[in-house]
Amino acid sequence: MTDPKIRFEKVTKRYGALVVLDQLQFEVAEGEVVTIIGPSGSGKTTVLRVLMTLEPIQDGIIWVGGEPLNKMWSGDRLVPASEAHIRSVRSRIGMVFQNFNLFPHMTALENCIEAPVQSLKLPKSEAVERAVELLEMVGLDDKRSHYPSQLSGGQQQRVAIARALAMRPKIILFDEPTSALDPEMVGEVLTVIRELASAHSYTILLVTHQMGFAREISNRVCFFDQGRIVEQGEPGRLFESPRNERLKLFLSKILQA
Amino acid sequence: MTVRIAAIAALTAFLVGLAVATFSELRVFLPALLRGAVVTIKISVLSAFLFWAMAFVTGIGRLSKIRPIRWTCAVYIEVFRGTSLLVILFWFFFVLPEFGVLLSATAAAVLGVGLNFGAYGAEVVRGAVAAVPQGQREAAVALNIPKHRYMLRVIIPQAIPVTIPGLSNLTIEMIKATALVSAVTLVDITFASVQQNQIHYRTLDIFLVTLMLYYCFAQFVRFGGAMLEERMTRHLGKVH
Ligand SMILES: Nc1ncnc2c1ncn2[C@@H]1O[C@H](COP(=O)(O)OP(=O)(O)OP(=O)(O)O)[C@@H](O)[C@H]1O
Ligand SMILES: [Mg+2]
Repeated sequence: MTDPKIRFEKVTKRYGALVVLDQLQFEVAEGEVVTIIGPSGSGKTTVLRVLMTLEPIQDGIIWVGGEPLNKMWSGDRLVPASEAHIRSVRSRIGMVFQNFNLFPHMTALENCIEAPVQSLKLPKSEAVERAVELLEMVGLDDKRSHYPSQLSGGQQQRVAIARALAMRPKIILFDEPTSALDPEMVGEVLTVIRELASAHSYTILLVTHQMGFAREISNRVCFFDQGRIVEQGEPGRLFESPRNERLKLFLSKILQA
Repeated sequence: MTVRIAAIAALTAFLVGLAVATFSELRVFLPALLRGAVVTIKISVLSAFLFWAMAFVTGIGRLSKIRPIRWTCAVYIEVFRGTSLLVILFWFFFVLPEFGVLLSATAAAVLGVGLNFGAYGAEVVRGAVAAVPQGQREAAVALNIPKHRYMLRVIIPQAIPVTIPGLSNLTIEMIKATALVSAVTLVDITFASVQQNQIHYRTLDIFLVTLMLYYCFAQFVRFGGAMLEERMTRHLGKVH
């Protein structure tokens, strides 16, 4: 087998005295779809945020496609990563946020071409062509000149997905992509994510409370508790015969709700 | 709505002014007042450009990662906020020549007023930049947008509309503060009124005209600011 696409090696993340990720060991293979579940405050969002380099880690190494993210090679030693190194490794990762975080002063199309033009230095015409294709793919071709405030939550999240894809990431992180949506809009966003998952060309890391959806699209589900993976496995097995007591309790609570 | 009220108020002030002008012996002092008004407008416009530019440059510079830039901006803001405009004007016009720096009265006035208000404006800009939601920075990082591009393309365009109410209030304050430029020998509208009053003793008429002129300037700024804000936020709605 090749190198895993993502590898957390004894990663520790602290906020002051609070240990949020506790020597986390975690691997995701190329093309794998992994869902992270767990109680509130267990560190699910934090896993995605440190991988996206939105937060520094205090200890350990994160590997992306065989390259260290928070460190870099200097001869045969690992030293703290430079900004340029982080930028180059980070370019393989895209993220979709719970609150979309679209740029409110740009139209749907402008949102999707901003990073390709500013960061990849693509010619504008090429960026537009690609953005239009992506907006078509998420079913919003006709909304390209709408501003985020003129779109529904579900539409905004689909634009955010198109915007992330425009940077051609290999890895896509989704942090509760449907939690901020009205129930009737959840489906349209899940449909898009389902398509991405079934394309098998992306490695996907998803945090969600939608257990049915997790079960349907994931190759593997990881249950987090207090900054560690307490149990993980193939979704059918994990949901039907959980072994860990806290996972059993968590699932019974979720299923009651 | 407030824009419309402001417009009506300005129009009323203008009409009242016209009535007063028609029915009183304005001719004797009006030309002098208008010459003063031109000076006030000239100093105001030039100072305003300097003020806005300094507000943005130093308000953003204050947040820079580069320490010398941050400190320079902080020192500027502290010095000009912590000292009185009148004393600053004296410095530019009477003290600097002792060090061989000769400024015309207009240059000293514009520099004094512009730099003084720039320091207050910097705080408005800093607040507006800080008010841009954290999620915008995170989106930019996730999209690998370089930091300076992100400042220019994401933060500043979102901060500008937020600065408008604060900056237009400060601009109105600034226009009123230009009355101090008589300290460096300029005859602005306020000083012209005082002079004309000493000559003609028409206290009510003179100061009524002056009052209304200042009021019109203020309404003009308020109206312009509101229009600009409306135009810039038309598409923004509430998305956060
Ligand atoms: N910026 C921060 N400063 C201090 N503590 C933080 C910060 N961000 C997160 N935390 C803490 O870290 C812990 C893990 O947070 P995280 O957001 O990863 O949880 P989560 O599993 O995503 O929870 P939820 O299901 O509620 O989203 C929580 O206890 C949280 O309070
Ligand atoms: Mg979370």
